Amino acid sequence: MTDTGDSEPLQADPGREDDRGRSGNERRASTVTYSEATKRYPGSDTDAVHELDLKIPAGEICVLVGPSGCGKTTAMRMVNRTVEITSGDIEIDGASVLDRDPAELRREIGYVIQQIGLFPHRTVAENIATVPGLLGWEKDRTYARVRELLRLTGLGEDLGDRYPGQLSGGQQQRVGVARALAVDPPLMLMDEPFGAIDPINRTRLQNEFLRLQATIGKTVLFVTHDIDEAIKMGDRIAVLREGGRLAQYSTPLELLAKPADDFVRDFVGSDRPLKRLSLIPMAGISLWQAPVVRAGETADSYRSRLESADLPYPLLVDGEDRVLGWLEPDALDGAPVPSVPASPADPVIEIDSTLRDGLSQLLESGVQFAPVIESDGRLAGVLSIEIISEFLSTGDGSPLQDTVSP
Amino acid sequence: MTGIVVATGQVSEDFFRDRSGGGCIEENRLFCPGWVIENADRYLGPTLEHLLLVGSAVIVGFGLAFWLAVLAHRHRWLSSPFLAATGILYTIPSISFFFLLLPLTGRGMLTAIIALTAFSLQIIFRNVATGLRNVPDSVRTAAVGMGLTGRQILWRIEIPLALPEIIAGLRIATVSTVALATLAVFANGGGLGGEIIVGSNITFKTGIIVAGSIAIVMAIAFDGLLLVAGKILSPWKRATP
Ligand SMILES: Nc1ncnc2c1ncn2[C@@H]1O[C@H](COP(=O)(O)OP(=O)(O)OP(=O)(O)O)[C@@H](O)[C@H]1O
Ligand SMILES: [Mg+2]
Repeated sequence: MTDTGDSEPLQADPGREDDRGRSGNERRASTVTYSEATKRYPGSDTDAVHELDLKIPAGEICVLVGPSGCGKTTAMRMVNRTVEITSGDIEIDGASVLDRDPAELRREIGYVIQQIGLFPHRTVAENIATVPGLLGWEKDRTYARVRELLRLTGLGEDLGDRYPGQLSGGQQQRVGVARALAVDPPLMLMDEPFGAIDPINRTRLQNEFLRLQATIGKTVLFVTHDIDEAIKMGDRIAVLREGGRLAQYSTPLELLAKPADDFVRDFVGSDRPLKRLSLIPMAGISLWQAPVVRAGETADSYRSRLESADLPYPLLVDGEDRVLGWLEPDALDGAPVPSVPASPADPVIEIDSTLRDGLSQLLESGVQFAPVIESDGRLAGVLSIEIISEFLSTGDGSPLQDTVSP
Repeated sequence: MTGIVVATGQVSEDFFRDRSGGGCIEENRLFCPGWVIENADRYLGPTLEHLLLVGSAVIVGFGLAFWLAVLAHRHRWLSSPFLAATGILYTIPSISFFFLLLPLTGRGMLTAIIALTAFSLQIIFRNVATGLRNVPDSVRTAAVGMGLTGRQILWRIEIPLALPEIIAGLRIATVSTVALATLAVFANGGGLGGEIIVGSNITFKTGIIVAGSIAIVMAIAFDGLLLVAGKILSPWKRATP
């Protein structure tokens, strides 16, 4: 590891939110490279993981996904040598894990196990302080770090004195994550960290972790058997099939747009189109332009804007570009634009929702198109079912290359 | 002292000393408090002997059992032979153990202590072994994954987590050793057993009740002490029922 001081306290710096994926001095992240890494358990005549080649760039979340028993946990545990590699190698920042003392190696890698595994006889704070303790941190530093992590993971500082048995499942999962983050490791291994928990809390924890990751920028190896979770969490997804063979390694969008084979296609599910839509924010696609009119304008101004518009229906906005509703094109024959719309704008879609949410709103209201608004309420454009189907028909899955024309 | 009810001739006249009078002995009541007050001193020696028997048997038994169980825990292949060995100890009727040892160690306190130690060892071994084994695998896996060494896992995780089970074993072992130590007298090992035998040979029952009661109080006291110690040493158990 090339890093200086292995325990720079984690700084939540909102100014750096969007350079996810960058590794620097403040945001330490490792590169992990599997080279034909293979594991065969003693007494078994097949490999649990077979000649796995995988390169995980610094600062990214790589999700290992696949059916139960396909070797995800094994593949992950080879990294911190809690499972010994049978053949092949794994390198962290270019150095083979096989050359490291296992206990030392493990202290540098955050690890959240599938069953959480909190120490029942130690308080939450003591649990979090485990690795700092092993590394001989001073009391004050550990104490400050524990408090910081309790805050950062949304637990609250007063929970520090409880025992794990006094926490809810979701709180225990958070403690598991906080404990793994304790010494600010450049690499995190997370084995179904949000597995044993109800869907609502799982979503909450996923979102919290993504928000956290945006500031801390770790390299994360994340295991799940849930493809939706993989798509949501992953910068990259490695799909494993039975016997620990890599079926596909790509970005979520590529995986959905171009599954490598039938196994991946089946695993991803028949609702691939919807899943793709769920990855695209409204801001990531070119929306239609409506002929915008304001009360009191003449019909001519409408007709001139119609030229460059993608649909013929006039959209009435107020002086601050806020959507009021739709007008009938006929109503504009000669007369000035009225101040009251013929029909209200329903639904109105917010720019930070995903294409999937947008489609759902269109379908729910039984309309072909609807205005999209910025977070301050101004009109951003119009989303239509046509845009969505065209987006889906361009198979490469990269939204910005879509050309949308009326 | 006339009109004494019984005597098989094994106790001295002095035994029936009862200066408080009241005719309790003459009427051979079940329990004569006056006699107890008068004769309290005769129980001091046997009580101390009893404490010595129990204390040394449990302490030595615990010392051996704990290390054997830890050894068996760290080297799994040892645990079967150890279990078998303690199983044999378990099946030998306790009293016959005293007699089995007689040819080897002769009559005396040492023989008694050895037999009692073997008895408590076998109980404690099982509890320590069970306690260590019952530590959830997830906890162990997490500990390994965070970079704790085998020794650190044993001392910081497994033993603290096994503590309630270990204390439970100590309680059972102590209470039953208090009871069993009354048989030490057969090996000439002293203890309260002597007074019980004396009492069982005469129809005057107060003596037997006193000796028995001391043993019971001793057992309850040890049990209570260990119970409290257990609670203090594992606060997390109290917090999470
Ligand atoms: N310690 C072990 N000894 C022998 N075989 C093992 C061991 N651990 C796992 N296996 C086997 O290796 C294969 C892969 O197991 P692994 O736990 O890596 O799967 P997984 O993908 O994590 O499954 P899940 O989604 O159920 O957690 C399985 O067939 C499993 O039975
Ligand atoms: Mg697994």
